[in-house]
Amino acid sequence: MKRIIKLTSVMVTFFCLSAFTIINSNLEEEGYKIGDLAEDFLLKNIDGNMVSLSNYKDAKGFIITFTCNTCPFAVMYEDRIIALNNKYASKGYPVIAIMPNNTNIKPGDNFNAMKQRAQEKGFTFPYLIDEQQHVYPKFGATKTPQIFILHKTQKGNVVKYIGTIDDNYKNASAVNTKYVEDAVDALLKGKEVQVTETRAIGCSIKI
Amino acid sequence: MKLKMLIIAVLLICSCADKNKETEAATQNTKKEVVITNNESKKIDLEVYNFAGFEKFLSKKDDKIYVINFWATWCAPCIKELPYFEKLNETYKNKNVEVILVSLDFSHLYEKKLKPFIKKKQLQSKVIALDDADMNSWIPKVNEKWSGSIPATVIYKNDERKFFEKSFNYEELKKEVEDFFN
Repeated sequence: MKRIIKLTSVMVTFFCLSAFTIINSNLEEEGYKIGDLAEDFLLKNIDGNMVSLSNYKDAKGFIITFTCNTCPFAVMYEDRIIALNNKYASKGYPVIAIMPNNTNIKPGDNFNAMKQRAQEKGFTFPYLIDEQQHVYPKFGATKTPQIFILHKTQKGNVVKYIGTIDDNYKNASAVNTKYVEDAVDALLKGKEVQVTETRAIGCSIKI
Repeated sequence: MKLKMLIIAVLLICSCADKNKETEAATQNTKKEVVITNNESKKIDLEVYNFAGFEKFLSKKDDKIYVINFWATWCAPCIKELPYFEKLNETYKNKNVEVILVSLDFSHLYEKKLKPFIKKKQLQSKVIALDDADMNSWIPKVNEKWSGSIPATVIYKNDERKFFEKSFNYEELKKEVEDFFN
């Protein structure tokens, strides 16, 4: 009898896991498109507080940044992410960084490591952990680093840009086009974003 | 001699304050890699291309099946699947299949990371490096659907092609290639 219960529970667990995987991969494929409304979320910040977009009453929008400690591309962009927050938070577009990886696969991205990295680099923005890995699939994020710019309207937060920060990961001073800055500048002027989607190599999100 | 240095290094690291631990360890790692470079990577000739130069590898029309895998030494899932690509190359090389491993490693780490890795793993498939920082301009040219995460793989024969932004196991990879035989 005991064995049967055990076997059943294993089967149920397996079934649940596989069902979850299917749902998860479906969501991943969809994700937000330009013009979609982004749902709010509630995620834990490295200071222990819970953060959601609705906390930011005065914000005009957000620079949502999926990033992590362990991806070399993400690390190369850290200083530029800090610079984005320093430039745009006061103008109403703060950076909200979210770490989407499964920390069992990437222990270097666990909560303590996140705290440590944020302290070392002097992050001036929240660095949230997507512990349940429920938020990144909604966005349709596939990799780190990846940016989603949201613009707050009466209907909600509209996705205005999806992609990379600029066109030269190697050398910030050799950048020709600053996609994220161009997009936020346009939004601040009440104009349409010209380049709404860009792509860059990044580290796949670890599930 | 090496052992002695290592002991000294360990002692040094231990004697440092907690705060400095990581930096010290990192420095030691770097030094160790330099040593490896000097000994082992000199003989490896790495072909490096910008996208314009690389494009020819995506558009050959010689009836061969090309398996183009985009990877990097820093990408854990890529490293995990590399042996499958190696096995594929070995098993099918007489059947008109060629695997090309396209490294997206950072160019400043070719000597320190990529070449020592190729040497250590004794990679038999052709390895080339793609070094083109303006990624948004070339990623869609590889495939319109590619979001840019790696591993990613293109399998093609003349005008027929398939793109995968995922990790493979050997069986899946084999099946995809064998589909091109039909």
